[in-house]
Order: sequence, then C-alpha cells, then structure tokens
Amino acid sequence: MSHESTYVPKTGVEKFIDSRMPIIRLGYDSFVDFPSPKNLNYWWTFGGILAICLMVQIVTGVVLAMHYAASTDLAFGSVEHIMRDVEYGWLMRYAHMNGASMFFIAVYLHMARGLYYGSYKEPREILWMIGVAIFLLMMGTAFMGYVLPWGQMSLWGATVITSLASAVPILGEPIKTLLWGGFSVDNPTLNRFFALHYLLPFLIAGLVILHVWALHVPGNNNPTGIEPQSKKDTLPFHPYYTVKDGFAIVVFLIMFAAFVFFMPNALGHPDNYIPANPLVTPAHIVPEWYFLPYYAMLRAVTFDIGVPFTDLVIINAKLGGVLVMLSSILILFVLPWLDRSKVRSMRYRPVARLWFFVFVVDVCFLGWLGGQAAEQPYILMSQLGTFYYFAYFLIVLPILSVAETPKGLPRSISESVLASKKKPAAEAAPAGGAQTAPAE
Amino acid sequence: MTKLTSLLVAAVAVIGLAASPAMAAGGKVKEYKHPHASWEGVFGHFQQDQLQRGYQVYREVCAACHSMELVAFRHLGDKGGPYYLDSCPKGLGIPDSVDCSDPAQNPIIKSLAADFTVQDGPDDAGDMFDRPGLPSDYLPTPYANVQQAAAANGGAYPPDMSLLAKARHHGPAYIYSLLQGYDDIPDTIDVPGGQYYNVYYAGDTLSLMKPELLNEDGTLIEGVKQPYGGVFKMAAPLSEGVVTYEDGTPETVAQYAEDVTAFLMWAAEPKLEERKTMGRFVLIYLFIFAGIVYASYRQIWRKIL
Repeated sequence: MSHESTYVPKTGVEKFIDSRMPIIRLGYDSFVDFPSPKNLNYWWTFGGILAICLMVQIVTGVVLAMHYAASTDLAFGSVEHIMRDVEYGWLMRYAHMNGASMFFIAVYLHMARGLYYGSYKEPREILWMIGVAIFLLMMGTAFMGYVLPWGQMSLWGATVITSLASAVPILGEPIKTLLWGGFSVDNPTLNRFFALHYLLPFLIAGLVILHVWALHVPGNNNPTGIEPQSKKDTLPFHPYYTVKDGFAIVVFLIMFAAFVFFMPNALGHPDNYIPANPLVTPAHIVPEWYFLPYYAMLRAVTFDIGVPFTDLVIINAKLGGVLVMLSSILILFVLPWLDRSKVRSMRYRPVARLWFFVFVVDVCFLGWLGGQAAEQPYILMSQLGTFYYFAYFLIVLPILSVAETPKGLPRSISESVLASKKKPAAEAAPAGGAQTAPAE
Repeated sequence: MTKLTSLLVAAVAVIGLAASPAMAAGGKVKEYKHPHASWEGVFGHFQQDQLQRGYQVYREVCAACHSMELVAFRHLGDKGGPYYLDSCPKGLGIPDSVDCSDPAQNPIIKSLAADFTVQDGPDDAGDMFDRPGLPSDYLPTPYANVQQAAAANGGAYPPDMSLLAKARHHGPAYIYSLLQGYDDIPDTIDVPGGQYYNVYYAGDTLSLMKPELLNEDGTLIEGVKQPYGGVFKMAAPLSEGVVTYEDGTPETVAQYAEDVTAFLMWAAEPKLEERKTMGRFVLIYLFIFAGIVYASYRQIWRKIL
C-alpha cells in the first residue's frame, strides 16, 4: 500500500527544496496525505501518544541533566536541589519521573493492540520487530534512569538486576564487572548508567524513525485486519487522524497531569527518598510497576534444571530465571512466525480472542505477583502465570493457527463500517462464509 | 470514547494495585491515626500558623537529635513556607528599600538564622572562624556525622528529617501516629534497656515475648496474642506542655504531633502549593482543550461517521 506521492510543490522555495532534498515531500507523504484505513479506532492513537511521551522525556531529561550531578556523593542532593531550588525543577523532575510510567502505560496498550488485531503479521513483521527492539531499549533506559537519583531503591534495584548477569556461564562475571565498573554498584556504575541513560533515548528516536518508515510501506493495519482495497477504504491522515490522535493525546495528557500535579509519588517507592546506603538493605526490593510482570517471571524459577535421576545441574535456578525473563520479551520477535493464522484480527477469531483476554489478565496477575514477597503461595502462582504466558505464544497460537475456524470476514473495510452502522451489535455480518484475508 | 475512558480507568486501577505497598512481614502495627491533612486533595495547601508551630516543635524537640540537611533558613521564607512575608511588617522601622518577600531580606528569617553560630572560612589567613548564621545557611545539624549520631543514640542514628514525610509509606500518618504511639508496655513482652515500645513501629514483638508464653519451637502458646508494633531507640519525644505556643493553641501531644507532621510534609514538598495551583490551571486548560479538539473531531468526521 506504499502510495504514490501526491505532493505538488507550489512556491519557488518548495520547488527549490524538492528538487534537491525532498524532505517536505517526505513529511507530506508521511503525515498529511498518508492513506489510512477509515475504521481505525482509539486503540490506534497510542502511536501518536508514544511519540509525545518520547518528546516529553527527552525535553525534561535534557533540562534535568543540566542540573544533575552523576556522582554517588552528589546525585541524591542534586536531585533535591532540582526539586527545591531550580525554577520549575519540581515540574521537570515529576514530569520526567511520571513520564516514564505514562510511556509504559502507552506502550503496553500499543502492544496489546498489536497482539489483538494481529498487527505483527505479514507484511508488518519488520515493523513489529523494530517495535520490540524499541521496547527493549525503553526498558534499559527506564531501569538506568531509576538508578540516577541514587536512593535506596536505585542502589538495591541496580544491585539485584545487574547481579543477574553473573548467572550467565563463563561470560557472566566479566559482564557484571563491565556493568559495575568495579566491585559493586558504585560511582563508576552511576556514571556509565547516566551516560547510557542519555544515549539510549536518541537510539530509541532513531528506531522510531525506522518504525514509522516500516509502517508507511505496508500502511496501517486496522480493526478488521483486511487490507484496504480501494480509495473508499482509506482517508488521508491529515486532518482525519491528526484530529483523532490529537483528541486522544489531550485525554492522555489529562491523566498525565493528574499524576504530575496531584499524586506525583503515587507510582514511586518511598524508599527512594532515602539516600543510597550500601550497608542497609531495604526490607523489600521491588522494581518499578512496569517491570513487575517480568520480575515475577524471574522469581518463578526456583528450581534447578538438570539431568533426571542424577545430580547434574544444567541450568541452575538463577540462570533459569534470567533466561525465562529474557525469553518473555525475545519471544515477541518470533511471534509473527508462531501465529500462522491468516486472519489478523481477533474480532474474527472467537477462540483465540478468549485466550488473548486470559493472556491480558495473566500479565496483570504476574504484575501483581511481582509486588508480593517471594514466598508461597505467590511462587506457585507465578509459576502458573509464567507457564500460561509462554503457553500462549508457544502452544495456544500455533495450534489455533490450524485448529480454529475463523468467522466470516467482511469483503472490505467500507462494508464492515457500513455493517457496524446498521447493526452496531453485530460487527461481523457473515459475508460469504469463511474467507481469508485478501493478499496485498 | 467510553471505551477509551474505561480503558484508562482500568490502566490506572492496575497500576494502583501494583503500586500499593506490600505490607511488611512479621508483626503488625496498629492502624495509623490520621492527622487533619490540609495539604491533601486538589485544593490542598499548608496553614502558615501550623507550619510555624511545627517548625517550633522541630527546633525545640526534634532538632536535638534529627538533622534537616536539605532545608536552609531561606527556604522557611519561600512562598508557601512557614515564615514567608508578602510585605514587610509595619512599625518596625524597616526601610522601604527592603523586600521582605525575598527570604534573604525577610527580617524573621534573618533573625532565626542569626540565632545560630556557623563556622565559616578559611579566611585570608587560612583560619576557620565563627560568624552568626545567614539566611543562606542550611539548618544546623545536631551531630558532626552519622557515626557520632549513632554513638549518641545507642547505636541507631536518627534519620535526617528533610524527606521523612515522603520516605515512609503513608509518611504523614506514620509520623503523626508514631509520635502518639508510646502506649503502655504490654505485660506479655520484655523491652530491653535503652529501647522503647511503640504500637506503630514496624518491628518484631515476637522476639520480645516472655519465654513462658512461647512453645519450645518459638511459636506462641495458644490464646496469647502478639502485641502490635515493636521497639526502637527513640524515647517518647513529646509530652504535654513541652513546647510553649504563643498563639494559644492547645499544648497537647496530639496537637504537637499534627503541627510537626505538617511542617515535615512542607519540608519534604516545599513546592506543593505551587504545584497544586499550577495543576488546577493545567487541568482546566486541558479539559477545555479536549472539548475543543473533540468538537473539531466530530466536525471533521461528520460525513464519515
């Protein structure tokens, strides 16, 4: 659906630029006359919301970096200096701190959208994989950012997570030393985390450009999961989706502002207002809320995996936990090849849809478990939750790819829109029996 | 639209659930008392007279052991602070050129700071010297360092109070309760010398149970209840009349606790009023903006929808 450019330079300046470096044409084709399916719902607004999140984080972050001191002696005090003495420093800092949480809320909803409507399927595999890479970088950035205020949770969270590296055979210890720059999480660690925390967002921005590029070749997926077939099925991005995204962005900003101005510490942990102290371990070391599902999966592996009936251990519990945690994200890279169903949207996959909703509940459940103490019955629950997480990708989706009979697909996006107008309850009026998504 | 709203509500609910504090294992603490918290809510603000009383309690009681390293005298005169002045008090002979809303020129701040002697230097001869405190000085600390603080307090150093109200779960309620939590010692436990029993302190009373109340395996014998709270090394700091209020406010422990809690909340969040005032404008702006954008959306999409 990569479309012909419709940009016509009018003024002399535009013609001058267009014949040398057609950057205005690029912007026009990407954000003005980009044909978008006419049936995109509000789940499609999180891309725009995420772009805003990234900009907010970069702008507030750069300002914070002007006042922050990356040194174990000064970091905590410099953050408090920002909060107390820098003009509007409290605003920058609370916006940045809560902005991270907002970023993750939006990215999780964006990913859930992709999972539900099958946005990862052909021809959008690369688009999806770039998205997963952005998500990984986001997690790294957020983790290192949380270390910078050098409170108790910063230090101990960093200690717990970087120590995981040592689970890797042979290379583990060198990797850990490289992360630490010394013998524990200390000044060198803080310095390199600050440098990387400043670097990674720009790599994210670069990947976002690739993500948008990879989006603009196949075009948007849509709630029906069938490709637009004629001009009747699409609308130009501007003004139709600029205004729709714009509305969603403002609503999102209302929630963002409610946190920043009225409950700025609700998503944080009180212990991070205690300066880091290597001699005192907090009673409960918990990561930020957005890492809790992965934390639960990490802690779910409490057993060694070895050769049965012998004492040989192949993968000990620690390495097992790390592998499970890493795999929980890496598995998303191969998702396009695990789910082979030709029907993209779960609107037309009645069975897969149920399993998907269980998956969403499962991830929330794991998030709750990640905040609980590492004791029974939570460990068993985490193990069951982790099993379902992987089973969804490795068992449920591959089997349903062949076993499920999808509902009838509408012939076109326009037909589906008209049908839903007539009968809002029954979106999928059977249109000529089971029909696979038309090829592009 | 309703879908989006329910979605956002669900997202917030999930986060709220995840963020709720995992209660500490072991013994339980009594349910916290809650101070009258004027700073809570959308219109939350501090009461200046209460902050002044709170500062007085801190100065005369808490400051004997607890530092407040992040607060300078000048902060006390910042807008929203305990001693902020809109304009100079009349009849004190303050020249017109003085701007009392500037903490550095505020006469109360200057005199509060000048009550203390501060070591400065080195001077041109390389010697340290003493001078009266200035508004730019930070509140003096009771001990030279953490080691000294710990040594003077039976091995446990009193935490810095600048951020205390944010550094504990339900900080203000915790502080308010703890100050009033020195109940009589239950006759089921033995409290070691130099330690004090408090029903709100998250400790472990099981290890203090009298031996005759425990089974051989260390569990409680049937019918015996483990008391709330725990023991720690701070003696009850407040008692009736320990601080003399000049404004006629009742000199009770509950009142002192409430006042000092308010002051500590201010110290932890000195920009709270500025933040909430701006927040109200931002939210009103965004709600109006959302309405306008939604109307534009309906207008633009009217032929499509």
